[in-house]
Amino acid sequence: MALDRALVGRSYPPSAVYEVGRAKLAEFAIAIGSDDPLHRDPDAARAAGHPDVIAPPTFAIAVTLEAAMVVLDDPDVGIDYSRVVHGEQRFTHHRPIRAGDRLVATTTIDAARSVAGNDLLTARVDLTTEDGEPVCTSLSMLVARGDS
Amino acid sequence: MSVRLADVAVGTELPEQVFRVTRADLVRYAGASGDFNPIHWSDRVATSVGLPGVIAHGMFTMGLAGRAVTQWAGNPAALVEYQVRFGRPVVVPDDDEGAEVTVRGKIGALSDDGLARVDLTVTAGGEKVLSLARATVRLP
Repeated sequence: MALDRALVGRSYPPSAVYEVGRAKLAEFAIAIGSDDPLHRDPDAARAAGHPDVIAPPTFAIAVTLEAAMVVLDDPDVGIDYSRVVHGEQRFTHHRPIRAGDRLVATTTIDAARSVAGNDLLTARVDLTTEDGEPVCTSLSMLVARGDS
Repeated sequence: MSVRLADVAVGTELPEQVFRVTRADLVRYAGASGDFNPIHWSDRVATSVGLPGVIAHGMFTMGLAGRAVTQWAGNPAALVEYQVRFGRPVVVPDDDEGAEVTVRGKIGALSDDGLARVDLTVTAGGEKVLSLARATVRLP
């Protein structure tokens, strides 16, 4: 099924608050093999000018990809999740995510097109604090492979 | 030690970094990221959808390449913009060797306001696994 271009610009209600914890950031840093103290030592982070430990740059995906799933749950989009692969990813960091952040994700369909039987859908997720401070903008291009 | 803008020019190369990726790493990344798609831990499921076997999370490979950049820059907060296209999957065999991901980088552009664009070449088994991989870092 070809994607309807009229979907572009559709926005979804903001997510519940995601509270960023120190232990989660340390766990993520270990998972990508980083031993940088800014991810696990609050004193080192403060000495570098951050209020608390900061996230590795790709940690944002742990919040944004989940938020982007709201698009696949939209019956008007009609994409079968089992056929979806992650095609492209882009992050713009307005500032590092840090422990103690209370983040809200707002998802918008940024682009939708069908190419050679595959549906390409780009979900933009704007991560802000609860108070509206911009933290990160994520663009995830999802590819739903055609049946053939 | 942080790299300074004055230390680099267009064409400056980052030191090559090689990361070994095993099944245990994928399990750990699944837990840390919340991405439990079985193609990243079950050969049965991976082969049933036409893959040669279990593959690494694309975001894990992106995370490793990002680490190569921030480690070079000397500051994980330096990375302000980062994009990749997931070209080929990194197949991770169920053995102690796993797969090897090699990250190379070169300065592609510099701007007056202290930003350096690093163009990345990320390969596994001699094949490019990420394309259009670019990281923009703010250097002091």
